[in-house]
Amino acid sequence: MIYSILTFFDIILVLTLLWLGWRLLDTEDIFKAIVLFISFGLLMSLAWVRMRAPDVALAEAALGAGLTGPLFLAALRRMRRAYKGERRLDSHENREGDHGTDPEQTQAT
Amino acid sequence: MKTGKVIMGQTRNRHKRLDWIQRLFLLLVLCLTTLLGVILCSSPETAPGLADAVAHLQGRSGVESPVTAVLLNFRGYDTLLEVMVLLLAVIGAWSLTKAPLPDQITDISPVQLGVVRLLVPVMCLVAAYLVWQGSHLAGGAFQGGAIIGAAGVLLLVSELPWLRDIPPLPLRIGLVLGPLVFVGTALFCLLWTGNLLGYPEGAGGWLILLIEAACALSIGLTLALLFAGGRPENELVKADKQTDFPCNRESL
Amino acid sequence: MITTLLYSLTGMVLFGMGLFTLIVHSHPLRKILAVNVMATGVFLILVATAYIPFGKGAIDPVPHAMVLTGIVVSVSVTALALILACRLQETSNLDLRAKTKQSSNTKESGT
Repeated sequence: MIYSILTFFDIILVLTLLWLGWRLLDTEDIFKAIVLFISFGLLMSLAWVRMRAPDVALAEAALGAGLTGPLFLAALRRMRRAYKGERRLDSHENREGDHGTDPEQTQAT
Repeated sequence: MKTGKVIMGQTRNRHKRLDWIQRLFLLLVLCLTTLLGVILCSSPETAPGLADAVAHLQGRSGVESPVTAVLLNFRGYDTLLEVMVLLLAVIGAWSLTKAPLPDQITDISPVQLGVVRLLVPVMCLVAAYLVWQGSHLAGGAFQGGAIIGAAGVLLLVSELPWLRDIPPLPLRIGLVLGPLVFVGTALFCLLWTGNLLGYPEGAGGWLILLIEAACALSIGLTLALLFAGGRPENELVKADKQTDFPCNRESL
Repeated sequence: MITTLLYSLTGMVLFGMGLFTLIVHSHPLRKILAVNVMATGVFLILVATAYIPFGKGAIDPVPHAMVLTGIVVSVSVTALALILACRLQETSNLDLRAKTKQSSNTKESGT
């Protein structure tokens, strides 16, 4: 019977979505969380197709999975770069102890 | 797997135990979710909905796809405001920071270059097809715009050197093209039929296609520029050298 | 009807998980992820209420159009929030640097 097969599919899809959602919100590594979010978006578009909403499924696959994931990854890279810049400056400062005419400091203060 | 969990537990308190305020929040969120569940379970099984009304007026909307008819004809005002929200997001991003494009020209691997050369035109073609298809099947301005935006993201990720030299004026014109066409059509309809976005009889299909094409271009450009994460390097207005924060130098 | 209930309850649970993470976690990227999961839950509830099985009539397109609008707006809001988070990180680094430099300066002049 088709109805029972579809219900079976629904239950598996829903459980996968919930598990992915929980993992992406709970993992320590933020990179892993973003990758899980992309796969979550792809499975969501499957759920939209199941809900007979192909327009939403197209938008979700292109925007939710295809664009939001890269946006998060770019932001993560940018934040890590800013963090590394800070670390590098600190070590440089400790090693040389030069605080005379630093343009960064004069502009900052 | 086991060692990984132990290390995770050491780095974060949360994995050992929730403190009392987090437990309180957990309780509150559980209460809220339970209330939501009760509401969902007690909602009527067959709500009347607007499917019949949409189906009744479908013939007069000028398009065959019900979702496109709702988006751009019956509730066109919502979509107009949404396009404005996208424009506002870009204005906000541009006023915050400059785009962190790489300083030096790096060598691009030939494989990546080949992929970009092959994929970007195909993506533009798919976007145009989706916009055209939106009048009778699933598709439309947002899906097409998302594909154009993805093509822009592909160009940005491969860090092509000519991206730095794009003049800002065409970018700005492309950004406001969709909203301008939308507002212009709305005003034209206001003058012609007396209703904002009340298309004249028979011209609905063409006007919707025009709005969708312009909006898809603007939405794609908007998404790609939001991915770029800031305003372009060469500005129209010459900025003071002191205005930006000094920490931008290495990261932007 | 069981399908509608199943998917709406999933959306509800996603909303709750996202809300809890939004409150408890401190990392800005995690907060933005949590808001996205919450938004997905709300969309799922909206679309699930409009669902009708095959052969039982036409689907109500108004919630679909609303969810489509919502997805696009949530992507643009996410992008703006991410740029704000990046700026937060960069400018807070600036403060930190100025502070450490000042403290080391005073130390050096003191000795």
